[in-house]
Amino acid sequence: MDETTEGSFQIIGGNFGNAGEASMQLKSKLTELGVNEAIIRRAAIATFEAEMNVIIYAAAGRLHYYINRDKITIKIDDMGPGIENIELAMQEGYSTAPDWVREMGWGAGMGLPNMKKNSDEFRIDSVVGEGTTIEIVINLS
Amino acid sequence: MTLREIAEILEADVVAGSDDLDVTIKNACSADMMSAVLYYHTPDSLLITGLTQPHVIRTAEIAGIKSIVFVLDKKPGADTIELARQKKIPILCTRFCMYTASGKLYEAGLPGCLFK
Amino acid sequence: MKLSNIVENLSLEVKTGENNLQNDVTGAYISDLLSDVMANGKEGNVWITLQTHLNIVAVSGLKNLAGIIIVNNRPVQEDVLQKAESEKVTIMSTPLPAFEIAGKLYQLLNG
Repeated sequence: MDETTEGSFQIIGGNFGNAGEASMQLKSKLTELGVNEAIIRRAAIATFEAEMNVIIYAAAGRLHYYINRDKITIKIDDMGPGIENIELAMQEGYSTAPDWVREMGWGAGMGLPNMKKNSDEFRIDSVVGEGTTIEIVINLS
Repeated sequence: MTLREIAEILEADVVAGSDDLDVTIKNACSADMMSAVLYYHTPDSLLITGLTQPHVIRTAEIAGIKSIVFVLDKKPGADTIELARQKKIPILCTRFCMYTASGKLYEAGLPGCLFK
Repeated sequence: MKLSNIVENLSLEVKTGENNLQNDVTGAYISDLLSDVMANGKEGNVWITLQTHLNIVAVSGLKNLAGIIIVNNRPVQEDVLQKAESEKVTIMSTPLPAFEIAGKLYQLLNG
């Protein structure tokens, strides 16, 4: 893996039908590249949570991944409402998800903590009224 | 415990993956919250849940869940069954509720998922 | 069986509603979905869940449940605990996951 492998996906807000597609494609790509299974699982879980956040909260978003010899970098930008208080949003159990989302089994207030738990580096930036950007880095060695 | 034994204990119908009943299940997780499945997952687990949409299958695939039990006689849609077949995740349907299904399997010696 | 026996046998931490521990428990229900508990929970059931949303208190009160066991040591926000205390709803907590606490409770109630 001397070169960088990269790819991107469009994620449409509210589209539960395709939820998980981007993460599953990233998972197959990592499997193809021969990445260790435990690392693949962490990347897939973090990506899936990020994808779900776009589907639940935003109008649309874009997920972009880069894989090189040392690490996997996943960037998610969305056109969503933004997060008012990031510190609060990072607290386990805190969620602003609407009722219908909770009835689908999401919005437990574990999404951001779960992304962080599975990342080696985790960055989040958000502007209320504009959107949120998340960067997840997972080391390969 | 094999999936076949689990199906017997739960008097369950196998709606996908009936050829894979000899697979060994090491532990189980009962939940409807998909992030919990992702957060507390351990590979080779059984997921017992009340939700039957396709995103449950995707969650299971990503978390490394081996098989899923749908409780309270809930019948998954054709899209869910098709995805489960593609992903080779056997699906069982039981009339028991999540509590009774968990109780019966625990009594038969299946442990819960460990979590960090 | 009284709720206090269950608390003792399963080593539950009682967070709110200490005064209700003499209530009788008729059985249990596991779900993380409020609508599901509204539809299928029965009076006197102990509700096992990792859902910690504020509305769990209202659901428990409306259905006359015996109490709520929060699993996996999930943190419960202060406003939820305050509401539970004022509505006389018992919230208990365990480090065990739902499957295991249900298994132990099943053996206790049916053993």
